[in-house]
Amino acid sequence: MSFIAIWSIYKYEMFRFFRTILQSFVSPVISTSLYFVVFGAAIGSRIQEVEGVSYAAFIVPGLIMLSVIMQSLSNSAFAIYFPKFIGTIDELLAAPVSFFEIVVGYVGAAATKALFIGTVILGTASVFVDVHILHPGAMVAFLVLTCISFALFGFIIGIWAKNFEQLQLVPMLIVTPLIFLGGSFYSVTMLPPIWQTVTLFNPVLYLISGFRWAFFGISDVSVGWSLLAIAAFTGLCMTVIWWIFRTGWRLRN
Amino acid sequence: MTAIVDIKSLRKVYKGGFEALKGVDLQIEEGEILALLGPNGAGKTTLISTICGITDPTSGEVLVAGHNWRKAYRQARGLIGLVPQEINLEGFDRVINSVRFSRGLFGMKPDEAHIEKVLRQLSLWDKKDARIRELSGGMKRRVLIAKALSHEPRVLFLDEPTAGVDVALRKGMWDTVAELKANGVTIILTTHYIEEAEALADRVGVINGGELLLVEDKQRLMERMGRKQLTIELQEKIDSIPASLSEFDLELAPDGRSVTYSYDTRGERTGITKLLAGLSEAGIVLRDLKTSQSSLEDIFVGLVEGGTTPSKEGAA
Ligand SMILES: Nc1ncnc2c1ncn2[C@@H]1O[C@H](COP(=O)(O)OP(=O)(O)O)[C@@H](O)[C@H]1O
Ligand SMILES: [Mg+2]
Repeated sequence: MSFIAIWSIYKYEMFRFFRTILQSFVSPVISTSLYFVVFGAAIGSRIQEVEGVSYAAFIVPGLIMLSVIMQSLSNSAFAIYFPKFIGTIDELLAAPVSFFEIVVGYVGAAATKALFIGTVILGTASVFVDVHILHPGAMVAFLVLTCISFALFGFIIGIWAKNFEQLQLVPMLIVTPLIFLGGSFYSVTMLPPIWQTVTLFNPVLYLISGFRWAFFGISDVSVGWSLLAIAAFTGLCMTVIWWIFRTGWRLRN
Repeated sequence: MTAIVDIKSLRKVYKGGFEALKGVDLQIEEGEILALLGPNGAGKTTLISTICGITDPTSGEVLVAGHNWRKAYRQARGLIGLVPQEINLEGFDRVINSVRFSRGLFGMKPDEAHIEKVLRQLSLWDKKDARIRELSGGMKRRVLIAKALSHEPRVLFLDEPTAGVDVALRKGMWDTVAELKANGVTIILTTHYIEEAEALADRVGVINGGELLLVEDKQRLMERMGRKQLTIELQEKIDSIPASLSEFDLELAPDGRSVTYSYDTRGERTGITKLLAGLSEAGIVLRDLKTSQSSLEDIFVGLVEGGTTPSKEGAA
């Protein structure tokens, strides 16, 4: 295992992030504030409480998840798509590194960025509402695992994508709906029974539910299931990436 | 001498069925400069990319210092530096950062002294903090070389290092290559400029249509394949070549003051002694003698055109 190589990739990717740190910081602050104005203040004044938690507080975990998932996904997808696009991927392919080292470097950097943004959102949210975290350890664990698993997923998308449209396609057409329908802004119990059942097939539900449990001790599905879902998703992505590098699919001629 | 890179029956069929390499065997010896000469589409880049792990071959294998390039890819690739044909660089990046990254990617501990040495050698030191997109084409090419040298390779592949580079820069590049060789780096460079191979190489490989037509010591290649011409200046003008000398196929200059004899250095005998004797028998007095040898270019054109492989480029 070449830790130097992993560190080099990680550092290089983080460097890109720090070049635009202001932008990376300001945009989640603004968008989170907007969500609180719209959802928290406008809608929240009508919904009042969900399962004993004020609506404004209730949406905080969902809001963080929404951003963190989108960020890790798109950061990671772009991070590997870009070298493919400009051709610098050849340097990676010719380097004495394994797929694992490449993945750890890129995915680690993408997950770190997403984690940073998640933290910024949590900070911003605590300005608007009194955020109270019941299980801080579990909260951090869920957050980190979500960042990593979606960064892995993004890595696959970045390799699969043949152009910029495709790069946007999966996040926009699949992941965004899954997040919104996964209970980011409502409890599944608020839905009619048939939709509750349908929602159970949405993997994102398990993440948001587990994350929300870490905050308030309430969840749509049991925490065990949430952990299992994340583990399965991470395992699946790792397997796909391993296969990609073994066969050279969309990487080598 | 043992081969530092041993290429064994490498075949590559691209998706779509085009056969870009038709079973290439090649041994590269440590410390040499090998020039792979071939027209566009000959398969030079495919060959190099396959050795470096960027392209998967259809069959065949490569050993680098005895390490299988697949099974022991860490050892094998760690010895190789690649300067690709295309200028693939991240424009926003700064020169020194990009070079440091390459070193790290190859698992080598940071060594600022080495990075500085490489950048100075390539006249990039005063540009070390420049963004790559601000550099000229020739400088970008040198950044690619710096990146490849950053991890101290024993074997360096240079894929058309001087394509599209002006004459002055090309000479500079040649000096760099010669200097690298002096430092003990084995160099494989591809080119379609004959003068480049002629100026730099110890051995020359001619590749066309995915086949390695020959690999030979440059000097020997020119001796073996080259036709030599002996030009004989005459003391006195003659109007025609005496019939007694007809077997030599002499060519008489328009001014009648010299004759030219072409011979093949590969032949058992060149026939020169016999010719000179014949001339003197015919009473022709010689003033001066001069021989000239055909260049690699003549050889190359002869091989590629007259040769074993009719153009298969059209199939691409
Ligand atoms: N990715 C590819 N897919 C299909 N054919 C290719 C690909 N890359 C190169 N070729 C074909 O293989 C042949 C050799 O190409 P290349 O190795 O780039 O030649 P050279 O470097 O000698 O100019 C060419 O005919 C080219 O069109
Ligand atoms: Mg080429």
